[in-house]
Amino acid sequence: MSITVQIPTALRRHTDGVGKLDCSANNLGELFSVLDQKFPQLKPHLRDEAGQIRRFLNVYVNEEDIRFLGGPGYTFQDGDEILLVPSIAGGRE
Amino acid sequence: MAHYELRCRECGKAWGNQPRSICDECFSPLEVGYDYDAVRAEFTREKIAQRPPNMWRYSELLPLPPHFHPTLPVGFTPLLSAPNLGKELGTHKLFIKNDAVCLPTLSFKDRVVAVALSQARAFGFDTVSCSSTGNLANSVAAQAARNGFKAWIFIPADLEPAKILNTQVYGARVVRIAGSYDQVNRLCSQIADEHRWGFVNVNLRPYYAEGSKTVGFEIAEQLGWRLPDNVVVPMAGGSLITKIKKAFDELITLGLVEPKPVKFFGAQASGCSPISTAIKTGRAEIEPQKPATIARSLAIGNPADGHYAIKAITKSGGWSEDVSDPELVDSIQSLAETEGIFTETAGGVTVGCARKLYREGRIAPDETTVLCITGNGLKTTDALAGEYTAETAIAPKLAEFERYLDNTLDVPETVEA
Repeated sequence: MSITVQIPTALRRHTDGVGKLDCSANNLGELFSVLDQKFPQLKPHLRDEAGQIRRFLNVYVNEEDIRFLGGPGYTFQDGDEILLVPSIAGGRE
Repeated sequence: MAHYELRCRECGKAWGNQPRSICDECFSPLEVGYDYDAVRAEFTREKIAQRPPNMWRYSELLPLPPHFHPTLPVGFTPLLSAPNLGKELGTHKLFIKNDAVCLPTLSFKDRVVAVALSQARAFGFDTVSCSSTGNLANSVAAQAARNGFKAWIFIPADLEPAKILNTQVYGARVVRIAGSYDQVNRLCSQIADEHRWGFVNVNLRPYYAEGSKTVGFEIAEQLGWRLPDNVVVPMAGGSLITKIKKAFDELITLGLVEPKPVKFFGAQASGCSPISTAIKTGRAEIEPQKPATIARSLAIGNPADGHYAIKAITKSGGWSEDVSDPELVDSIQSLAETEGIFTETAGGVTVGCARKLYREGRIAPDETTVLCITGNGLKTTDALAGEYTAETAIAPKLAEFERYLDNTLDVPETVEA
């Protein structure tokens, strides 16, 4: 079981520039734990003080918004590509 | 130093001026904040009255680069009293803000694009771009041509043919994406990360969105520097309604209008109503939807400013409604037949929702109410397919016409003396 997560530019300064990561997380909670462990600086940017996914962070699984797949509890399938995209992100100076 | 800068809407962090839409700290959207004291002396009713009738008369409250010279007279569209439609809805104090005739491309998007491109130039972009449900595509393409930018436009593949043609004609590169607007938008966020382009509604979004305020400035000025009691606004991404509110608040701050509570009412198509659904069910957050409506210009299932639109509406004591596709078509016809204004599907949504709001008693008939018509019906004529039958041709003879008249007038005419 392996999935890939794409990290947007806006967050890469907290990941030493890493933009892509393979791991074996089974769901979003596990994926965030993997990211927390690997990139401790990233943690507060993914979840708010109450532990909820940040309001303006959208999560996509193979191009589909995770909220259409049943929400954050969705069980990843082998080969899933996870995209973290701030809701109005983008920009390269 | 500019008298404006980007600030995070949630944590307040200042970001100066740069092509950027979100705060790196908390991912929240950035908003343009102004030093109001710096413009107080220039931004007066008297000084504004002496300026040309276009949106640039409000320049002090727009994030324009120093020495910016507008190349187009955008905005200052008519605010029309609408007695005939008002009669149908049961009010005598109804106004239409008619951006169906906004220049250069007949929608309110001309306002936002004009501001975005001023900054695109200042930031040194040679290519501008957008994700669009149509009107924005038209406007970016036209204004890019006028201002010498290359334009790359990303649209959902199933857009109305007229909106595609109205983009291509300006020489823009149109990329059709096999997906919904929300998917196009997400893709553009990723593209903007990789290519150094000025995406008007992505990395230039905070500046772009400020252009919408001019709708609010104009409504107030055209009402004789008074605020209306109610505004009904169509909602796609949800930005316009929040910016009209910001405009009214700024006019109050600078003393151009008397402070007064204004109720904000949102209008959506039932087939894509994430904001109105949240309001009706008392939720503060958006549950995204998969759009299924002919009102394609409003077909955004995951509205970027939905959270703020909900806040603006509920805090004002307003409400949000939604109408079905047949209802919105009927309302396009109503507006055309009563006031001679041909609006696109989004305008049908606005009129249809206004009708509901009056019927439900949410808008009082004796209050001044402005309906925002944001786009032109010539772009979405396919919405009316099948509504009118083609007339059979008759010979160019008077007798033929008289016979035709006899056959047509099945309803007895009452002749008034």
